[in-house]
Amino acid sequence: MTTRRDFLKYGAQLIGTAAAFGSGLTLLTRRQAPAGEEAGRSPERVAADQVARQTDELGDLVTPFALATSYNNFYELGWGKGDPAQNAALLRDYMAQSEPWTITFSGEVERPGTYDLADLLGWSDVQERIYRLRCVEAWSMVLPWQGLALGDVLRRVGYTSQAKYVQFTSVMAPDALPGQRSRTLDWPYVEGLRLDEALHPLTLLATGLHGETLPAQNGAPLRLVVPWKYGFKSAKSITQITLTREQPATTWSVAAPQEYGFYANVNPQVSHPRWSQATERRLDGTGGLLAERRETLMFNGYADEVAGLYSGQGLRRDY
Amino acid sequence: MALDAGRGGLGANPLESLLLQTGLLALLLLILTLLCTPLRRWTGWTWPARIRRELGLLAFGYALAHLLVYLLDQGGLAGLPADIAERPFITVGALALALLVPLALTSTPASVRRLGFDRWTRLHQLVYPAAALGALHFYWGVKGDKAEPLLYGLALGMLLGWRWWRGRAER
Repeated sequence: MTTRRDFLKYGAQLIGTAAAFGSGLTLLTRRQAPAGEEAGRSPERVAADQVARQTDELGDLVTPFALATSYNNFYELGWGKGDPAQNAALLRDYMAQSEPWTITFSGEVERPGTYDLADLLGWSDVQERIYRLRCVEAWSMVLPWQGLALGDVLRRVGYTSQAKYVQFTSVMAPDALPGQRSRTLDWPYVEGLRLDEALHPLTLLATGLHGETLPAQNGAPLRLVVPWKYGFKSAKSITQITLTREQPATTWSVAAPQEYGFYANVNPQVSHPRWSQATERRLDGTGGLLAERRETLMFNGYADEVAGLYSGQGLRRDY
Repeated sequence: MALDAGRGGLGANPLESLLLQTGLLALLLLILTLLCTPLRRWTGWTWPARIRRELGLLAFGYALAHLLVYLLDQGGLAGLPADIAERPFITVGALALALLVPLALTSTPASVRRLGFDRWTRLHQLVYPAAALGALHFYWGVKGDKAEPLLYGLALGMLLGWRWWRGRAER
């Protein structure tokens, strides 16, 4: 027979234990979210962010700079979402030491060689593009990039008739970048596109975000942006661009082939093995705790522009 | 966590932070409940065993919160049956939680008397598969760096291994 006194005693014990262990363990295991980067931004720009929020062509709100620079996947700088922002200085220091940043073009190119980033920026006009970014983890943002059409850059170095694919190799600096000290992924990070995808007018080499020079955590100084594919296709901090005859072995499709395919086109009908891709959580700073979950669009809403690249191709097979 | 949520300290995707944190605490607390007996053995302390029930209930509470946050993130119950059926990673997590339900329900002294000590003990050995499935769910859930789930798995493996070894030694 449980008496009232027993009941009270157990209740008190439960509450005491819960309070002590719940809060104690939470403090021990919680991951502090970093603040977004406002330092070094012009007051005009911060003000502009707060007044008229830009939208994309669908009327979706642009993700604020602070949010876009505090929630990133950039595993060279750590595995947590906040790590890249916290460790951004490590990449900035490395960039300062290895000034000037160079891009090496090789493989099936007509004018192979190593070019300074500054030279490359003169090869085409820098444009602003507001693109949706859909991560394979089912979250998304809307980001205003500045950059050059990759096609213009590739036409400038020239490619041979043998070129079928473009391979992008990211920065390799294990001494500077903490994520590269463990072999969790096969560094350097490698991504790739089919040549027609690379030449598509939507494909961008970005050098800026929100009117600022590209922040380190977003892939400084030069990153790829392929808006109709999952975010991991958009390689960051690129140092080499190689034109190849064969499909490149890309980092994630080597690490977990059943989960991350070479094509990685945004497709609500093809699930990731561990979650559905039918919907996504839009991170635009408006939803508070419950940021809006919305339907994922075929090719991330760029079907009119890019569906033709895949006519006759099985997208479930070529995921 | 509630404080963090209120302060906006959970970052850009607060539901994801809550999901990670609740799941992690559930697993950690389960591991702590399994640590109570060996601690008593090695140190003679009795206080861990005395709060074992509370730790277990707390683990169940966090596992339940983990499910609720997941449902909140998914926008309702609609997709859950399909999720459990189609995705091994979710199946394993759901199974781990399901195993904890009878343990939480029979966590009173009255239940021990009703079931009899032996049967109650056998029932509560379900915590072993529950914790193991929880650790597997964590391992599968992590995209890249598996160090943390492996650490939890190792701790759990040692605790379960110790019990197995002790069981053999006593036979």
